[in-house]
Amino acid sequence: MPDLLIELFSEEIPARMQARAREDLKKLMTDGLVEAGLTYGSAGAFSTPRRLTLTIEGLSANSPTTREERKGPRTDAPDAALEGFLRSTGLSKDQLEARDDKKGQVWFATLTKPGRAAAEIVAEVLDRTIRDFPWAKSMRWGAGNLRWVRPLHSILCILTDEAGANVVPLEIEGIATGNTTRGHRFMAPDAFTVSGFDDYAAKLRRARVMLDPAEREAAIRQEAESLAFARGWEIVPDDGLMAEVAGLVEWPVPLMGVIEDRFLDLPPEVLQTSMKEHQKFFSARNPKTGRIEGFVTIANIDTPDDGATILAGNQRVLAARLSDAAFFYENDLREAKAGMDHWAEGLKSVTFHNKLGSQADRIARIAALAREIAPLVGADPNQAEEAARIAKLDLRSAMVGEFPELQGTMGRYYALAAGKPEAVADAARDHYSPLGPSDEVPTAPVSVAVALADKIDTLTGFWAIDEKPTGSKDPFALRRAALGVIRLVLQSEKSLPVSDMTLKPIIDHVVSKSVRENEFLSYAKSIPVPDDLKLKIAKFSLEAESLSKALDQLASDRDEGILSDRAIKISMDLLSFLHDRLKVYLRDQGIRHDIIDAVLAQPGNDDLVLVVSRATALNDMLKTEDGKNLTQGLKRAGNILGQAEEKDGVEYSFGADVKFAETDEERALFAALDTAEPAIRQAVAAEDFPAAMSAIAALRGPIDAFFEAVQVNTDSQVLRRNRLNLLSRIREAGRQIADFTRIEG
Amino acid sequence: MTSPNRPRSFQEIILRLQNYWAAQGCAVLQPYDMEVGAGTFHPATTLRALGGKSWAAAYVQPSRRPTDGRYGENPNRLQHYYQYQVIIKPSPPDLQELYLGSLKAIGLDPMIHDVRFVEDDWESPTLGAWGLGWEVWCDGMEVSQFTYFQQVGGHDCRPVSGELTYGLERLAMYVLGVEHVMDMPFNDPDSPIPLSYGDIFRQTEREYSRWNFDQADTEMLFQHFKDAEAECARILAADETDSAGRRIPMAHPAYDQCIKASHIFNLLDARGVISVTERQAYIGRVRTLAKACADLFMTTEAAGNAA
Repeated sequence: MPDLLIELFSEEIPARMQARAREDLKKLMTDGLVEAGLTYGSAGAFSTPRRLTLTIEGLSANSPTTREERKGPRTDAPDAALEGFLRSTGLSKDQLEARDDKKGQVWFATLTKPGRAAAEIVAEVLDRTIRDFPWAKSMRWGAGNLRWVRPLHSILCILTDEAGANVVPLEIEGIATGNTTRGHRFMAPDAFTVSGFDDYAAKLRRARVMLDPAEREAAIRQEAESLAFARGWEIVPDDGLMAEVAGLVEWPVPLMGVIEDRFLDLPPEVLQTSMKEHQKFFSARNPKTGRIEGFVTIANIDTPDDGATILAGNQRVLAARLSDAAFFYENDLREAKAGMDHWAEGLKSVTFHNKLGSQADRIARIAALAREIAPLVGADPNQAEEAARIAKLDLRSAMVGEFPELQGTMGRYYALAAGKPEAVADAARDHYSPLGPSDEVPTAPVSVAVALADKIDTLTGFWAIDEKPTGSKDPFALRRAALGVIRLVLQSEKSLPVSDMTLKPIIDHVVSKSVRENEFLSYAKSIPVPDDLKLKIAKFSLEAESLSKALDQLASDRDEGILSDRAIKISMDLLSFLHDRLKVYLRDQGIRHDIIDAVLAQPGNDDLVLVVSRATALNDMLKTEDGKNLTQGLKRAGNILGQAEEKDGVEYSFGADVKFAETDEERALFAALDTAEPAIRQAVAAEDFPAAMSAIAALRGPIDAFFEAVQVNTDSQVLRRNRLNLLSRIREAGRQIADFTRIEG
Repeated sequence: MTSPNRPRSFQEIILRLQNYWAAQGCAVLQPYDMEVGAGTFHPATTLRALGGKSWAAAYVQPSRRPTDGRYGENPNRLQHYYQYQVIIKPSPPDLQELYLGSLKAIGLDPMIHDVRFVEDDWESPTLGAWGLGWEVWCDGMEVSQFTYFQQVGGHDCRPVSGELTYGLERLAMYVLGVEHVMDMPFNDPDSPIPLSYGDIFRQTEREYSRWNFDQADTEMLFQHFKDAEAECARILAADETDSAGRRIPMAHPAYDQCIKASHIFNLLDARGVISVTERQAYIGRVRTLAKACADLFMTTEAAGNAA
């Protein structure tokens, strides 16, 4: 059983592409080998900035010989048929065998395909793998046609068994396979031969290359931490940065530096972001002061001066960067202390979306909305409005211009500098949250009000202009905004009916000037006149005061009915989008989709807190034996009733009387319903769904016993009608809680 | 950086690069005599990257980025600075080694520095050009841009050119250990008349910053843009055959107008009179010119395609 070693040696592969490339190389090669009939024991893939490596152990030396039987024409068929068969099988007549078949004698051919040597198959699969490699971006170089992520320089490909190592011969666009590679670009640039994976990894290490990215990460982590520890600091963990840095070096050499005192007053987030984004430094925190006071840079070389020159250079570059940051911060703070009016003014000229106006327009809407939501979530309306007004002003600050990922974070610092209360400043930082399914949800009331207003404005705005997510396309991150609304509402545990929050903003959007202007523009464009003339007409008309008056008029009276219908339609559509997101969210929490459907079919389904507590209680009950049987009973009652109603053309809903009851079981069901109905009603009214569930669960025994003992469809019309009306009481009891017909099983 | 090999002035670094690339067989060209935003705009790169003919050139290119003006006060930012540009077609297999050799030539020994190739793909929307490559880091600082051109002016590059761009001031400041660009020695500090970068450029940076940001006549510039655009189109549309019956398509004169339009756009941008939405439209207009110039150049002898 030979082992296979492949190394694709190139110019520097982008760090972010290496993990995927390792997986692709392994999968394409092993799949190809297996498809060609080879088997293997194990496979492993590695990468450094300059190489992609695959090792496969225990590869079969040959693919197996295969035999295939093919049935031909009858022996008495015309010659032409036989000739065709011989041609297609590549055999001669004496190699065929005549056998008896149902319809007489038939020619049979046995085709033997001899196995092929592993080397031949490897060369074939490797050739295909290199030519079709799924790089996210690839390029040509020199005068060649081959595509690779960066110029490919050499291919090492050897099969090793007891007898030794053999190069698998292959040539791709002038690059011939061999058994040599090179070490570190500067510390060991010469070529050397290798005889197998262990030899390869050992020689690479001597040539200052750590092949395994996991080992490089571990080495970086350990050395960085011990450097930090020696100063009493700790490294701020950053997995993304770690993976990137490990993909930028073949021989990691962590070096620690100190941040100059003059920069220590910068917010830690600024230090961390600047060092990470520009320099790919890890931040070192002093746990005593809580500040970022140092950094670790990962060099790719051991130098005679132990990295002194490298560190000095890095320190210089950092100082230049942080001087910029400090300059931005000082200017920004000055603007903040002056009240941030320039920023607010500036946002008027920043377009949010051409149909939804400027950022300033948007802020005004969010402020109005935050004010309305505030009392519902226990926030002070004035504070919520003020927070919404300042929350996005940092978008105009120099620091956020330089580091967009610091939006909100800087907003908080600047709000505090402007003398705003903590709650308002916190809302500036937190109102973008939650950003993803695992991001933390703000809980401070002012933050919640602004976060909700922000997301609702986004959702209602894009719904009003009919820019909804489709398939995998969601350019405005509306699914994320919807999930944000859901998580904010659920976390608040308050009754915040979604339609109450969305209807008014939708109406505002629908009648807003910018939306209507845009509609007018697209209408103007549809007029059959030359393009430039159309635009002139549109522009001219929009400037004319009469038009805006006309638009206002349209909004106020004649179209009022149409507009409100449209707003309601949009609102319902948005609600069902939120329900879809809620289903996804609850499914992740382990609640079955049919249960969610059964609950969403109930009135009050725009109160998400209510929906979730109903669904949770129902989910819990349906896990019990009582719950499962009760569902059966409810469904059976529903079915019998439904059939009878269809047949008779009436709805049975009223008038069951215990005096027509014939059996004890029937009487017992009357009694049980008499107890359960008010209990369920009260529990539902009090939104105590677990209590409602146990009240209805108490019906399980009586219902089962009733169906056991009583036949509903008897000949006596009086008895039948009475029993159907009794069943309708069961159905009604169930409906108080959920639409049980939607429960599966 | 205390090696005896260390250069002593800005001009010495330029001279060493010139000598180094001359020794590697590049034609050492002179700067293009028009205002450009980067060395890539020099026709020796933009146009010569097109077509099948081999090419190797190196040159200094003064570059103007009006929005980067800081009145000579910022230690690193200038509205007028120098790029060193190398372009070789087809890109040789040892281009990385050649590049590293140039760093050694100016005193950056990769055995004591940390030289790294960090992914950075290059794209010029104005030239309809893109390529893959890296920014080269030395001790955490970007010192060069290294690109394998894939497309220029909308045409696939066959063969592929390798392009190296050095930001000369930044690189020199690092090699010379200077903190503020204006303090950098331009000629040898021991010369009879030592001149710093500031002696030569502090005043011009101030003057141009004021003109770029406050004074440039925007109406006139808008008109110049239109004129350049129109003249470019006219040259491209002109009959390829002259009055004497010779076929002389005028790709380079047309491309000059494209360069002009691009620089005028940069000036208008610095004056803040181009809105975000208009910006894309202007870039698109320059790209249209660049592509048309590239189309015409492809039919010429320099592109290996003379009829």
